[in-house]
Amino acid sequence: MNKAKLPKAKRPDRKPRQGRAPSSKGRQHIELSIGGMTCTHCPPAVEKALKGIDGVVSAHVSLANKLAAVDYNPNRAKTIDFAKAIRAAGYVPGAATMRIPIKHMHCSSCVIRIELALQMTPGVLSARASLGTNAVDVEYDPATVDFEAIRQAIESAGHRVAELKSPDIKAAVEANEDPEQAANEQEYRTLMHKFWFAAAVSIPVMALSYPDLIPGLREWMPMGSDTRRIVWALLGVLSLPVMLWSGSQFFVGMWDALKHRSANMHTLISFGITAAFLYSVVAVAYPGIFPDPALAEVFWDVTDVVVALVVLGLALEIKAKGRTSEAIKKLIGLQAKTARVVRDGREIDLPVEEVVVDDVVIVRPGDKIPVDGEVIEGSSAVDESMITGESMPIEKRPGDEVIGATINKTGSFKFKTTKVGKDTALASIIRMVKDAQGSKAPIQRVVDMVSGYFVPTVMILGVLSFVVWYLVGPEPRFVYATIVFVTTLIIACPCALGLATPTSLTVGIGKGAENGILIRSGDALQTSQKLDSLILDKTGTITRGEPALTDVVVAQGQNDNEVLRLAASLERGSEHPLGEAIVQGAEQRGLLLADAENFAAIPGHGVSGRIDGRDILLGNAKLMRDRSIPIETLTKDWERLANEGKTPMYVAVDDKAAGLVAVADTIKPDSKSAIDALQRLGIEVVMMTGDNERTARAIAREVGIKRVLSEVLPDEKAHEVQKLQLEGKTVGMVGDGINDAPALAQADVGFAIGTGTDVAIEASDVTLIKGSLIGVVTAIEISRATMRNVRQNLVGAFGYNTLGIPVAMGVLYPFLGILLSPLIAAAAMAFSSVTVVTNANRLRFFQPRGVAP
Amino acid sequence: MTPDRWVVLITGLLLVAFIVWFFWLKRSKGVRAAEMSGGYQEAMILVKGGYTPDTIIVSRGKPVRLNFRREETASCSDKVVFEHFGKSAELPTGELVAVELMPKEAGEFPFACPMGMFRGRLIVE
Repeated sequence: MNKAKLPKAKRPDRKPRQGRAPSSKGRQHIELSIGGMTCTHCPPAVEKALKGIDGVVSAHVSLANKLAAVDYNPNRAKTIDFAKAIRAAGYVPGAATMRIPIKHMHCSSCVIRIELALQMTPGVLSARASLGTNAVDVEYDPATVDFEAIRQAIESAGHRVAELKSPDIKAAVEANEDPEQAANEQEYRTLMHKFWFAAAVSIPVMALSYPDLIPGLREWMPMGSDTRRIVWALLGVLSLPVMLWSGSQFFVGMWDALKHRSANMHTLISFGITAAFLYSVVAVAYPGIFPDPALAEVFWDVTDVVVALVVLGLALEIKAKGRTSEAIKKLIGLQAKTARVVRDGREIDLPVEEVVVDDVVIVRPGDKIPVDGEVIEGSSAVDESMITGESMPIEKRPGDEVIGATINKTGSFKFKTTKVGKDTALASIIRMVKDAQGSKAPIQRVVDMVSGYFVPTVMILGVLSFVVWYLVGPEPRFVYATIVFVTTLIIACPCALGLATPTSLTVGIGKGAENGILIRSGDALQTSQKLDSLILDKTGTITRGEPALTDVVVAQGQNDNEVLRLAASLERGSEHPLGEAIVQGAEQRGLLLADAENFAAIPGHGVSGRIDGRDILLGNAKLMRDRSIPIETLTKDWERLANEGKTPMYVAVDDKAAGLVAVADTIKPDSKSAIDALQRLGIEVVMMTGDNERTARAIAREVGIKRVLSEVLPDEKAHEVQKLQLEGKTVGMVGDGINDAPALAQADVGFAIGTGTDVAIEASDVTLIKGSLIGVVTAIEISRATMRNVRQNLVGAFGYNTLGIPVAMGVLYPFLGILLSPLIAAAAMAFSSVTVVTNANRLRFFQPRGVAP
Repeated sequence: MTPDRWVVLITGLLLVAFIVWFFWLKRSKGVRAAEMSGGYQEAMILVKGGYTPDTIIVSRGKPVRLNFRREETASCSDKVVFEHFGKSAELPTGELVAVELMPKEAGEFPFACPMGMFRGRLIVE
């Protein structure tokens, strides 16, 4: 989390560029990271502060990226002014970081020398050198110091900045393993060692603790004999290391918690095993104080077996918990390690951290695209399934956006980087998923309320049951009371309660990310499952958001390809989006377009020109009437097309009506099936659009939506959402995240349809990386499956404790004569939390049912 | 009732009273976060079996930076969640992790590990 907030300002190139990215107008652009922004009110405050500086042209602050993008006139404003303004507004301006490899850094005194030298350099905020990486991480203020100065500081300390060789980098970068995973592995191994030791001791101890049940032993060590006392004393010596070594984490955990006046699972287990152990010590040391020799029993077996089972449970839990975050590990693993960059005309391999914005990167077939960028040369098909969930490879041409971590399939191309490091789509996705997995679902509050009282309550219950058994229980009272006390403490499992929600949430949100769906919080996940209504924005959500040619109708005696060819040739000169759609439509049919002469646009009417020596007109009815061209034969078709929500245009050739071409915003191929699926899930689907009623109805009919809100002005969209909420419904809204931001924020759950690398859409609760409505269906399915899983876990954990504890206290004894053995309690306790985590892991196998027809 | 029963009964009740007092009734007073020159109110929190200190007092309207340092490996405490601020942070063992917050209104804001076993409070005045 704080890593996400670490400086993100542009890193200077390894050789600082002269006048970084100055544009033609003498403007400069800088991105500053900002710390301390916690709410939606913060970005406007920072923007205001920045815009108040003389010389700042524009400032935009993004909450999600914690970045301020400032365009400014370098003659009038300096970066240091921005830093001051940001600080004055109550936030922290960030600095940049850079990792610099050092040659021959072998001793710890070198580390200190380099760090000191750098820290003495003005503008360097911190420097941390590491022998492990043979590099120094420098945090610095880009406004006051650059790479050259940092290099000089390192050289003044008697060291050299290492020149990097490509194979070294690849090896160095790839050898890096996940420290968290390593720590977990280590913990698991230690626990398993402890378990095997405890288990090995448990077996002889269990056999020899009950000699009366085993023929042979009964005769060899009869009750009350010295042999029995000696053997039992030896067992105690054997059990001591089990308790103190295998069970050490219980005592450490208990002590740490007690210092904070809190109690946890460790408290219960250590009290339980200590009670059993002490009883046994007394029974062996002073058997005389017991009125009946039968009372002088030992419970070493309880100590050993409880330790063994609970430790095994802890180990299994670590394993299973590691799997819950598999999705995020997969995402992190997607990151490319190296990039082939053109620097000074040479191609060099660099670790991906060293790639800066505006680098040119070369990608060969089969390569992983290292960072986000824009294709400048070449073309290829790119497999983006790991990011968007879209299984078909996407064609990329110059000008198209490529996303880091996707795989290049067929051709090779060059692209210019636009986002690197923490700003890439993948990094944003990882950050968002991590944040979401750390958030709490509202359902968790029940658990939070209980968990503060849980352990002390169990302790009280344990004490009370001891007292009651001692007062009115059957003889030997003291033995029964001790057993009941120990069993009660051991069977209670606060961990199962605590694990129930977070583990399922982690798996569910991770599952979403695998399917190209970013669920931003536990809250959004929980609300998504109970949506009553879903409002879909028409343009860009149901439809593609750009017009395409749909129909060509011709008058008698005309050829439709010819009419289209003429219309498209004429429109080739125009920049109107409708014209572009006609040109594209013609190109798709493989028509060869001619050049237009005397092209003229008639505002509000259409266009005219000469093609192949013929006069061509393209436009509305008014244009035709003005030129007195009869169009009666076509008006019927015109009306039919208009009723279908399309935009038909008349084409006239040599003053004769030749036909109609119609363009329309076309529906995305999977919109209808997605809407069907939503309705099957029992959700009322509503379409909202600024279009007129007729167009809106036509589209709604085609996709099967019954309720339409048409002619909604952009600033009324949020109000329409509110109106639906006032009907008492939980309302979701699907939109593009830019124009629909207020409506998305108003809705109970806002789904933003993302495009390309822009995944950090702020107003949304759920972001669909792939621009398809099917994502909404999958998101709702995932939320339902996850919440079902959470409820199963909670019911299981609560049920286990509310049943187990009374039984352990011996409530059933007076009626049925049932009393739990502490050994069974230990097994139940250990496996209840493992069961919860395992159930959460079941979610990993969730497959979106999708939209079977 | 035999005397031993009386002893057990009274000891038991005293124990119960002690548990109630120890875990629920006595609350720590809390530590006031220090104001730093950068305008931050900073406090260091050790994560080991709980949060030390577990109650931090800060003033309203000034940014707060809480530096967490986790010195244990128990998986439960590997994250800290500030529910009311919508913030969470991963706490790798042995690393100093800063969580920055902007308290806008006065009140008591709990923070905890995801399972709720470790709890702390941020008191905004």
